[in-house]
Order: sequence, then structure tokens, then C-alpha cells
Amino acid sequence: MKYWRAPLDTDEIAVVRGKVYIINDRCKGCGYCIEFCPREVLEFSKEFNIKGYHPPVVKSDGCLNCHYCELLCPEFAIYTVEAD
Amino acid sequence: MAKAKANQKVHPLEELIRTERLPHIWCSGCGVGTVFSACLAAIQETGIDHKKFSMVSGIGCSGRGAGYVKLDSFHTTHGRSIPFATGIKMANPSLNVIVFSGDGDLFAIGGNHFIHAARRNMDITVICINNFIYGMTGGQVAATTPHMDRSATTPYGNPEMPFNLPLMAYASGATYVARWTMIHSRDLTDSFVEAINHRGFSFIEVLSPCPINYGRRNKIKSLDMLKLFADNTIIKNNADPAELDIDFKKGVVLGKFVDIDKPTPDENYEKVCMMR
Repeated sequence: MKYWRAPLDTDEIAVVRGKVYIINDRCKGCGYCIEFCPREVLEFSKEFNIKGYHPPVVKSDGCLNCHYCELLCPEFAIYTVEAD
Repeated sequence: MAKAKANQKVHPLEELIRTERLPHIWCSGCGVGTVFSACLAAIQETGIDHKKFSMVSGIGCSGRGAGYVKLDSFHTTHGRSIPFATGIKMANPSLNVIVFSGDGDLFAIGGNHFIHAARRNMDITVICINNFIYGMTGGQVAATTPHMDRSATTPYGNPEMPFNLPLMAYASGATYVARWTMIHSRDLTDSFVEAINHRGFSFIEVLSPCPINYGRRNKIKSLDMLKLFADNTIIKNNADPAELDIDFKKGVVLGKFVDIDKPTPDENYEKVCMMR
């Protein structure tokens, strides 16, 4: 992230990182999580799931554990937990 | 929402959904699932014992919600979810009764029940998912279809004007009225928590996309509908309910419009009819 001026306490603040879990077989490929992820960490996978949709996959490790994909997913198919 | 533990390997709402019935019947891109998960997240966030909840729903896409929740839940006849919920609340006032249903069920066939439950200030929470159409029956024009929008029964555009649901709830006497869209899911969850804790009739309208029966006929994809919800809405708490028409060109007003305190029927019965 770029700052105009580095905050004074930038060394002390630990940035929370998240890990995304995807339950592939529940996904119906609506793409809401991919479209609305504020850090754009998801993309459509090349593979199909059991119902023939393309579930999301994690493409980068930028997740900040905001839980927005988890709130927005209509299928209970994605959730994030705080990374160790 | 309950704080997720680092080594947790199940969805945080897993304890509240009947996972053996998943995947649910809602179409890809339908907003009902999101509203449903916001409702379950709110139930979790209140911290109230799950045995103290009861969910009632009517007929329609959103009416299927009661079948997926691991609470005492009832799938009732068309339009009769509010009388059913009123009965549950009168029989056992310690329960938190949530009515989870759609616009067609609550306002077309069940419109009369709605206004009378609001008049009595019955202590229930009514969640109305407004997807602008009768989704499950094949996309017929509903009481909430915007003017000039196409449906299966109005192929040249809807000649009628839709209901302004928050105004109707306010005019009938509801004591908590709010409107959100499914994309404002954090505000929505907070609003559900407030409504569950509110004493009296609480009504929340949630705008939601219907990609198949509304979106396809009006040439709007569900993602574009969500962008419309994000861009063409204004959050204005305590707005005048008369100004809440749904018109995406001038902007749809969201927020909490009414939050007042009035006695519930139980208290009034105690005062008026008992111990004379």
C-alpha cells in the first residue's frame, strides 16, 4: 500500500491476514465474491465442480480477513479465517 | 459475528443451516441466499439461545428459507406467514419470531395480514425480500414491480405503479422500519440485530436481484443489478417515508426510517383485559 507520508506507528501495527476456504461443491458460480473482493484475491478456476460451475480460486495472498466474501456468498460456500 | 478461530475448518454459520439440504434451490446469482446468511449471522450475533428463535416463511423463493435453517421453522400457506407468526408469539411470548418471506407473499396475497399485524404492533420481525417480481411462479407482475418494467404478464411494460413498502409499514403503525439491499450486507446484519432486539413490529425491506425472471426480461444481469444497488442508492437515515419510491434513476433511499417505542398487544391485553 502506498502512503503519502508513512504513519509514525507503521512498525507497531500488525496487519491481519486471512486465509480463504472455498467449499467447491456448494458454489454456483455467480462470481459475487470475485467481483466484490476489495483486495481482488479471487478468480474463476479452470476446473468444474460437481454441478458444472467454475468455483473461485485464490490467486494472490492479499486477503485481509474482512469476511465480505463470506457475507456476500449466497451459497455458504466461502469463508475466511485469520491466518496464523 | 462469532470470531472465527484460526484452525476452524467449517463455515461459521454451519451450526444454523441444515447442511444435508444444501445446495439450496435458489438460482445462481439470486440474492435470497445472501439475505438468509445475513439473517443467520444476525441470529448468531444477538447471542440469544437458538431455542428461543422461530422462523416462519410463506410461499415463494424466499419462503424456502425456513426449510434450510436449523431452528424451529415453519413453511406456511401462501400469504399466511404473519398470522402464523402472530399465533406463535401469542402462545409463547418468550420466543423471538422472525418472518422471512418475499414481496409477493407478504404484500400481495398477505397484504391485509401485514397491515393489521403492524397496526397491533405485534412483537415480530418481518424480513421482506423484494425482488420486484413473482420469481418462483414464472415471473408474473407483482405488487412491487416498478412502473414500465417487463414481466411474463406485462411484456410491454408494467402499466401500474408499485407499492412503497416502508411507507405502507409506517402508515400501518410499524415501530421499526428499514430498507437495505443485499449488497449492504454489514448494515443489513446490524439492522437485523436491531430489529430482533426491538420490542414491537419491525419491518425490513431488502432489495435483491432476481437474475432469471426479472433480470432476463429486463436485460439486466445480476452483477449489473448489484452494481446498480451499489451506485444508485443513497443511505439516508430517518428519511421521510413518503419519498421512498424505488426509482434507480433518481436513486433509491436506504437506511433506518422509523425506530419508535409503542406498547405491544401483550402489554395492552394485560392492562385492559386482565384483573378487572
